[in-house]
Amino acid sequence: MDKRMGIKAGALSLVIFLFLLGIWQAATLPAEKAGGALTEYEQLMGKSAKKSDGMPTPAQMGQTVMKHLSDPFYDKGPNDKGIGIQLAYSLARVGGGFFLAALVAIPLGFMIGMSPLLYRALDPFIQVLKPISPLAWMPLALYTIKDSATSSIFVIFICSIWPMLINTAYGVASVRKDWLNVARTLEVSIMRKAFLVILPAAAPTIMTGMRISMGIAWLVIVAAEMLVGGTGIGYFVWNEWNNLSLTNVIFAILMIGVVGMALDLLFGMLQKFVTYVE
Amino acid sequence: MSTSFLIAEGLSKKFPGSRGKPDLTVFDDVHFTIDKGEFVCIIGHSGCGKTTILNVLAGLDTASGGNVLMDEREVSGPSLERGVVFQGHALMPWLSAKKNVAFAVRSRWPDKSNKEIDDHCQRYLDLVGLTGSEHKKPSELSGGMKQRVGIARAFAIEPKMLLLDEPFGALDALTRGNIQEELKRICAATSQTVFMITHDVDEAILLSDKIMLMSNGPHARIAEIVVNTLPKNRSRETLHKEPRFYAIRNHLVDFLVSRSKRFSEALPEGYDPKNPPLVTPGVEPTPPPVPPVEFAKVVNLRN
Repeated sequence: MDKRMGIKAGALSLVIFLFLLGIWQAATLPAEKAGGALTEYEQLMGKSAKKSDGMPTPAQMGQTVMKHLSDPFYDKGPNDKGIGIQLAYSLARVGGGFFLAALVAIPLGFMIGMSPLLYRALDPFIQVLKPISPLAWMPLALYTIKDSATSSIFVIFICSIWPMLINTAYGVASVRKDWLNVARTLEVSIMRKAFLVILPAAAPTIMTGMRISMGIAWLVIVAAEMLVGGTGIGYFVWNEWNNLSLTNVIFAILMIGVVGMALDLLFGMLQKFVTYVE
Repeated sequence: MSTSFLIAEGLSKKFPGSRGKPDLTVFDDVHFTIDKGEFVCIIGHSGCGKTTILNVLAGLDTASGGNVLMDEREVSGPSLERGVVFQGHALMPWLSAKKNVAFAVRSRWPDKSNKEIDDHCQRYLDLVGLTGSEHKKPSELSGGMKQRVGIARAFAIEPKMLLLDEPFGALDALTRGNIQEELKRICAATSQTVFMITHDVDEAILLSDKIMLMSNGPHARIAEIVVNTLPKNRSRETLHKEPRFYAIRNHLVDFLVSRSKRFSEALPEGYDPKNPPLVTPGVEPTPPPVPPVEFAKVVNLRN
């Protein structure tokens, strides 16, 4: 039953995909076919010449995708790098900022979750800092760090810290009292309790926080790289916009989506790994 | 008096009233003793503070007044000397049955080798009849099996005293009966000292040497202590054929249904909370004002 459902859903996805392609095709083709009489204005604007770019047809798009994917790692100077290299830069920044955030957020969240006093004391700070758009930190980061690449890592750090911090604190604070009582009656040391009882008990919640953080980090890196420039998928999008190469922009958008999905799948798998059935 | 293994003296629990309301006293002036190797049940209606008393004995909660001595030392916090079987089994769902027990065993004996710990856990899992299910996660075990793991975990640390908080409350009658028999067998074999909360009158009669009856809260007290005079080797099948079974059972049910409520409204004349009356329903002649001390001796002799 499940398998048949899967086949049906897959077929439906394919139909929707072909339908969307059809619309795309229909929307992009007629412009080239309409080769009738040109108005004076159109002739002046050079519209009679065959368009070298603009909205691509699905076929052109396919060619571009093949071209990029067949050689993803070439490097021909600062403004012409393969998509693989650009994505690698972005992923490295996201990874770095995310890792640093986890390094701070998880231990801090643990302490906040275990101490109601700390929870209350830090809550106002978290509540004020959490809703700030990470990009708002950019000028401050650029001023203090004085390095654009590091600044983008800082922005990732600051945006991925909050979901992890809040989820860790919540997960730790809501560990079942029964399990803590078991640990108490067994006179378990605080470190053993933290690693063998609280950590596994809160792991699913912590992992949810990490998954949300990673999602946000991947959203933010594109904007951050548009601002700081140089390398990365965000810079690539902006650069291709300046080149008026919509084909490349669309390709980059697709790639951002695919990589984002892959990251989410990865964290989904990790989440499944630490989840327990009660 | 101080020879008893566990002594609870003048325990009380008060919750401060909020916004000018008077304090809520759940129970006060609770005195009782438990001898080594004795199996004591406490029954009473919900809200009379049974679980609080158990938590105080365990060291998980603190009483507002009074103190508990175990083995001539004051109970001031949780300890490996007292094993607790929790109401809702409290197994860690990410660990297998054996690892749950091993967690406790390693806490008790941190220097044991992995092999020793494994053997030790296996012995206690075998004891509660879980051979073959050691590596299952709690979610893969039935309610009865989970509670068995909880019991194995409490026994495996070889505590001086076992505290059970309504351990079989959530089980069906058949499973409950089987585990009761096993618990009785294990406790008898290890001469374990046990304090157990239950709502089940038959369970109390089957398992315990002494049944403490608690009146309703607020201001709950131990109204009386029923001495179980049925033979030690009683079993579930033959329990109802024992001559004094119905006398005891009726006495308990009668207390729960009517007297527990009346008791807290007006304390009976001559009631001394430090020495709640010991009663032996069904033993002729019904003992009128026999000094409770003599009955205490009888209990001691039997053990």
